[in-house]
Amino acid sequence: MTQMTFARAINSGLRRSLDNDPKVVLLGEDIGALGGVFRVTDGLQKDFGKHRVVDTPLAESGIVGTAVGLAYRGYRPVVEIQFDGFVYPAFDQIVSQVAKMHYRSRGTVKMPITIRIPFGGGIGSPEHHSESPEAYFAHTAGLRVVTPASPQDAHTMIQQAISCDDPVVFFEPKRRYHDKGEVDESLDPNSAPPMGQARVVTDGSDVTLVAYGPLVKTARDAATAAADEGVSVEVIDLRSLAPVDFATVEASVRKTGRLVITHEAGQSGGLGAEVAASITERCFYHLEAAPVRVTGFDVPYPYSKVEMHHLPNLDRILDGVDRALGRPNSLSGLEG
Amino acid sequence: MVTDDAGQGGTAAGRNNNTGHQGGAGHSMVQLITPAGERVSHPEYDPWLKDVSDEQLCSLYEDLVVIRRIDKEATALQRQGELGLWPPLLGQEASQVGSVRALREDDFIFPSYRENGVAYCRGVDLADILRVWRGAASGGWDPYTVNMAIPQIVIGAQTLHATGYAMGIQNDGADSAAIVYFGDGATSEGDVNEAMVFAASFQVPLVFFCQNNHWAISEPVRVQSHTQLVDRGTGFGIPSMRVDGNDVLAVMAATRVALDRARRGGGPTFIEAVTYRMGPHTTADDPTRYRDANELEDWAAKDPIGRVHALLDRKGLFTEEFETGVRTKADAVARELRAGCIGMPDPEPLDVFKHVYSTPNSWLDRQQDHYSRYLATFGDPEAATQEEGAR
Ligand SMILES: Cc1ncc(C[n+]2csc(CCOP(=O)(O)OP(=O)(O)O)c2C)c(N)n1
Repeated sequence: MTQMTFARAINSGLRRSLDNDPKVVLLGEDIGALGGVFRVTDGLQKDFGKHRVVDTPLAESGIVGTAVGLAYRGYRPVVEIQFDGFVYPAFDQIVSQVAKMHYRSRGTVKMPITIRIPFGGGIGSPEHHSESPEAYFAHTAGLRVVTPASPQDAHTMIQQAISCDDPVVFFEPKRRYHDKGEVDESLDPNSAPPMGQARVVTDGSDVTLVAYGPLVKTARDAATAAADEGVSVEVIDLRSLAPVDFATVEASVRKTGRLVITHEAGQSGGLGAEVAASITERCFYHLEAAPVRVTGFDVPYPYSKVEMHHLPNLDRILDGVDRALGRPNSLSGLEG
Repeated sequence: MVTDDAGQGGTAAGRNNNTGHQGGAGHSMVQLITPAGERVSHPEYDPWLKDVSDEQLCSLYEDLVVIRRIDKEATALQRQGELGLWPPLLGQEASQVGSVRALREDDFIFPSYRENGVAYCRGVDLADILRVWRGAASGGWDPYTVNMAIPQIVIGAQTLHATGYAMGIQNDGADSAAIVYFGDGATSEGDVNEAMVFAASFQVPLVFFCQNNHWAISEPVRVQSHTQLVDRGTGFGIPSMRVDGNDVLAVMAATRVALDRARRGGGPTFIEAVTYRMGPHTTADDPTRYRDANELEDWAAKDPIGRVHALLDRKGLFTEEFETGVRTKADAVARELRAGCIGMPDPEPLDVFKHVYSTPNSWLDRQQDHYSRYLATFGDPEAATQEEGAR
């Protein structure tokens, strides 16, 4: 076990994948000498060379489109999109080509492409640098969408994503890049929990609180704070956003009877809506209250002076927990 | 008259230039002021500068100096925690001043995020220049009062907007033009290439102004292009010029040529201004990780301000009185910039919901209502903000 940051854990996972499989290639803007703007690829070009770790021209559609060609040729490209807000120039290649190629070729062409995207807010950046675009991708059949929430998960999940024969959109919670945790670098990714599986982070019996990526830590803190008030919150880290491991969420909600879902992305059409609807279908007779969503607002990601109002924080999550429990909360007395 | 002052005949084009790793047909680079401050005459470009009086030359110098001062002050403000981020334009002053000062008021500008010198010359309020970088707004100013679009962070996207704007000018039968600024890295983006296709097809009145500052964050220009960038324009059938971007007169002349073509219905022009980003990409960047220090030294010798200084000296215009005047002006602008930054009121919590739509929207109204009820549970909403560790 080694203490390392989230960013370092991904770096170490990438290194192992590059070591283990000569077909793994990294592509992206500034990933070479600079090591990426977040230093996630630090040192990799130096050790693996310019053909394995490629500084590409400044063209996102180009990066993903050429990854498609490399995959056709039997490679396993891992592309870095510098920030969430810059994935859109590549959106067409991702949803029209990467996602559909396996289906269109009746399973003959594999697209083992990993698309790494630092995502989410809370770092005081200008516009386009703090978005949560996961729902666009989760809505696209053929893509797997995952997001780790701890350094250990980041380390194993990046290796699982790279060895997966399906394309994986790999969202990295950028405001957690510097968070440290224990990582077992020798852990065999094949024996670790699969990246498609949700994880119960904190056991509880009163409310199920579903989070992913950057908000898992906030959710855990909220559970600790709730425990001080005598409320037992079970926190689930979704890990995979497409497909969602509903079985794990379902088992928890059958036990607690209450569901709160939190994410930074805007509410309408978000992952929270999917989880609420699917769990309601599966557990209608076990639910004691309507599922509650605590999310960002349906606004463009706001400028940094007010971003803390947009982002769900510990207090807003606890307010949501109170709503699910029918305890006094900010909406008490309102109907619907 | 500046043009009479050349001292030597012959051609201008500094072939000497820079890290000329890129191949290609070899457009020569137009240079009218050498790094030593000599005015070199150029038969094709000199006629476009006939009206540039000594007085104007002095005021060009003043703009260069003031802009460098703005850049320095903003960098300091960032280091002091007053700005979240700042993209320095150190070294690119001549490209910005020379081009923007060739424009008429009714010409419209589409900038990237680095054209803060252009914004200053255009008369954008100093505090407005900083608004985005302070994190107090997504767009800094009203585009229609200064005929300059708000900053663009998505690389290259503005080139298409400029093309569309120019199509509008053309449809209206007006004789104004548009200009779009972008970097060397941007030339790789699909948007920029599509913009050139549209602009050439419809022969719109647009100037593509590429500031080749040699770096896209850590990537040298050779990662973007195997030819000189100026060949990009040529490849799309767009008349193209390569000028010394550290030479304010060369830039100004080239931009005037391009604008004149646009106004006369001659379609778009591509200008590659060869310059250098002497600072980091932004205040969050560390160029020592990827850049050779010698390169910086070479370029410092071609400084855009130093050479105009030398030229003015040769002409006997750089008097003590002039120097004091410029310094006083720069000091005043820096003071105003700082005051405007620090005095900028913070946005209100519920501003988050403003301007998403032009008319009320029931989804959002409900979210706003719920959030204001939530804030009310803290009593004083400001207190709630503090508690959450707001900056
Ligand atoms: C579509 C897009 N991709 C990536 C980025 C991140 N990014 C910001 S600036 C930059 C480099 C831009 O280089 P260049 O176009 O040469 O302009 P310069 O900053 O040098 O003026 C990159 C990659 C972005 N802003 N937009």
